[in-house]
Amino acid sequence: MPFVPHTEDDISAMLQSIGAKSIEDLFDEIPVALQSEGLTQVPEGLSEMAVTRLMQERAEQDGRYLNFIGAGAYEHHIPAAVWQLVSRGEFYSAYTPYQAEASQGTLQVIYEYQSMITALTGMEVSNASLYDGATALGEAILMAVRAHKKARRVLVPRTVHPIYRKVAQVMVQNQNIELVEVDYDRASGIVDAASLPAGEYAALVIPQPNFFGRLEEVDALTDWAHANGALAIGIVNPLSLALLKPPGEWGAQGADIGADIAVGEGQPLGCPLSSGGPYYGFMTAKMALVRQMPGRIVGKTVDLEGKPGFALTLQAREQHIRRSKATSNICTNQGLLVTASVMHMSLLGPQGLQNVAASCHANTGELLKAVASVGAKPVFAGPVFHEAVIQLAKPAAEVLAALRQQKIVGGYDLARDYPELGNALLVCATETRTAEDIALYAKTLAAAM
Amino acid sequence: MLIADLSRPGRNNASQAPAAVAVNDLPAHLLRKSAPDLPQVSEMDAVRHYTRLSQKNFSIDTHFYPLGSCTMKYNPRAANALAMLPQFLGRHPSADAATGQGVLACLYELQEMLKDVTGMAGVSLTPMAGAHGEFAGVAMIRAYHDARGDAARTEILVPDAAHGTNPATAVMCGYSVREIPTNREGDVDIEALKAAVGPHTAGLMLTNPSTLGVFEKQIQAIQQVVHEAGGLTYYDGANLNAILGRVKPGDMGFDVIHMNLHKTFSTPHGGGGPGAGPVGVSERLLPFMPIPVVGKAGDSYRWLDEKDIPQSIGRMSAHMGNLGVLLRAYVYARLLGRDGMHRVAEFATLNANYLMAELRKAGFEVAYPTRRASHEFIVSLKKLRDETGISAMDVAKRLLDKGFHAPTTYFPLLVPECLLIEPTETESRETLDRFVDALKEILHEARTDAELVKGAPYSTPVRRLDDVKAARELDLTWRMVGR
Repeated sequence: MPFVPHTEDDISAMLQSIGAKSIEDLFDEIPVALQSEGLTQVPEGLSEMAVTRLMQERAEQDGRYLNFIGAGAYEHHIPAAVWQLVSRGEFYSAYTPYQAEASQGTLQVIYEYQSMITALTGMEVSNASLYDGATALGEAILMAVRAHKKARRVLVPRTVHPIYRKVAQVMVQNQNIELVEVDYDRASGIVDAASLPAGEYAALVIPQPNFFGRLEEVDALTDWAHANGALAIGIVNPLSLALLKPPGEWGAQGADIGADIAVGEGQPLGCPLSSGGPYYGFMTAKMALVRQMPGRIVGKTVDLEGKPGFALTLQAREQHIRRSKATSNICTNQGLLVTASVMHMSLLGPQGLQNVAASCHANTGELLKAVASVGAKPVFAGPVFHEAVIQLAKPAAEVLAALRQQKIVGGYDLARDYPELGNALLVCATETRTAEDIALYAKTLAAAM
Repeated sequence: MLIADLSRPGRNNASQAPAAVAVNDLPAHLLRKSAPDLPQVSEMDAVRHYTRLSQKNFSIDTHFYPLGSCTMKYNPRAANALAMLPQFLGRHPSADAATGQGVLACLYELQEMLKDVTGMAGVSLTPMAGAHGEFAGVAMIRAYHDARGDAARTEILVPDAAHGTNPATAVMCGYSVREIPTNREGDVDIEALKAAVGPHTAGLMLTNPSTLGVFEKQIQAIQQVVHEAGGLTYYDGANLNAILGRVKPGDMGFDVIHMNLHKTFSTPHGGGGPGAGPVGVSERLLPFMPIPVVGKAGDSYRWLDEKDIPQSIGRMSAHMGNLGVLLRAYVYARLLGRDGMHRVAEFATLNANYLMAELRKAGFEVAYPTRRASHEFIVSLKKLRDETGISAMDVAKRLLDKGFHAPTTYFPLLVPECLLIEPTETESRETLDRFVDALKEILHEARTDAELVKGAPYSTPVRRLDDVKAARELDLTWRMVGR
């Protein structure tokens, strides 16, 4: 029996101890009418060898493509040590660290993660992670509304990932919170602080880089938020922060410096693309907001002999203590992904991450030159990190289909969410793309147009 | 030792990152001024450090882990290996469905299997954890009432034995919460339920078997009371392992459910995630399912989205939830097959009832002695505490010294000094016997040397931690207080 170790002898001895005649007897409190007739859609079990064959065939069916696409998920090289270590059973098969003394490995990993992600974001505190970047944005909005106490409206630019905006809407809509859409400047592809609507808002969401890959004027936007009594919520690519000004330093100098909350998708720091998950969302904030944070937080403390150790802390915010008055219903983090991220950041270090970020930026620059030479020009003027919008001669869907024939995933079609941009395609070249890859892309694109 | 303590300026791993490239085309005011405070260590330093940290954990792979309501069963390694095939890992989530027919086939078949196992009309795999599935479920309840113009339904009913996520979820969906008491047998107090329902009732959230480790015998009557009042019923699938393949939540009359694949379908808990919390719905909630859902036309698969399910509550994640977790669950389901799934509930229940019987013989008091255990049961140590001053927490900590992870303690809140024990089907009789022996030893120690038990654990990397200091003198990063 798969994964059931009982022998016939075990079963009869155990039943005898219980005082039951059969395993069936153990279900005698369940009304007979409810007992199932059996399963019809679950096939017969397979051996490990047969399942391996099946999964390998499915994987081969999907094949390998050259990614020139980002849009919130980025192909990066992950050092081999990362997932070998993550797959150790002691990390992989442990549970939530409720028994702190038996979970010091997991707890210290989270503490180190909190230290590293706040180093990148320039923020003071971090939780142990959330489900993904999109839900992290939703939680940040809920948190800002709790902290603000008065306003229940939040400004969300259209330069934020369109799916993130949809996910946030699902998360806030039943709590009478209004997400107010802010348009972008058509020429530059960023938000103009001067165009932001007057009024009382709990927060302004500031993406950096934005969904188009463009760099927003984060200082002006942060200052606008603070001048208008709103919190500034940064939504950032953590890898970009090896190069870009961290949210903790955005805006005016002095007491008001920095975003109040910074969130984002942790995937670029050690999580494979994996068709979309599992990834993790990170959430960092100013110290003053720590008690408004959702999710787990790990703190350093001492044991009864004075030896340093780690424990879950500030649990009075959480659902298992506060129930209906909790800051969120979340009762997990994405522990294994955070573990991967900690190792990824340790192996790359500040210099390695900066090299990766710079290499992505340079490769995207090369890509833009190459595609411009075949007639696909950037749509927006101004600096980008490692992604940009280009204008095609025909609908992006047709071009993408042609690229697919050459085993290239050619970008993210913007037609559905930004019809005003025409035949616009969002493209990306990370450090994993070589000069040959880029030349092949440009050549194939030229043929497809 | 923190990884930061191993850091030395200028140390790096040159082969794992690309060479330095100058960036001189970005405006200075948008750039970082100083490098982030990240460790500068060699690969070997990092590997040793994290290997050592891993060794400070208890885990299923190293220890019996009988955490009640958490279903800590063995996580088959094949599921991990096959979910991490390079083609699956390398695929971009926004790539066209044409490039992902293999992975979509797995997800579609998983949807179909989960529909069968739960008796629901539709399944959406996208929620990323149990609580996330709860959110999707209650949001669907709300969408259903809203679509009917039934705005008076403002309250969700939750038994007092429920997980904290239930009331927290209801509030996130804009509902107020009313608790329903439990009777002496561990079942819902049905008279109190009848008094609570009315035109304001949006729904009831129920775990069955409950967190008290018993099957709710009056489930049909409960369904009738809630449905006649116009409310919907929500099944919290935390304890689905107890009835997998034997009782289908759909047959119990539930309108919406979530499953915890990291429990019932043996995907790893990963130190607290990632999980997967798919939702299943009855016919009347089909129009509201969260997207994307995998659809099949002829031999090809595609994502169903807003266009296909226009009344959907919407998206729960940026992409398709924790897809790698779903693949692991799929592999597990295929390994088990139909018969294997039946055996899950059978042997989880056999193990729980055996352990309960043995512990009673050893002198422990169980909370519901007249009832069968489901896949878990509760021991109350109130008498031991009154007699010796030893608490459930003390016993839990002493178990760590004996080489066992502790059961769930102080949950559910209804039973004083409780241990909620869930052995799961993957443990052998010998392991259960050793666990009984350990608890017997602790009982003896409590009566003969209480201080020994109160001081536990001794053998773990740290002894009991000062939680008060952790909360009062917050040290949440290595920059906050100093190393």
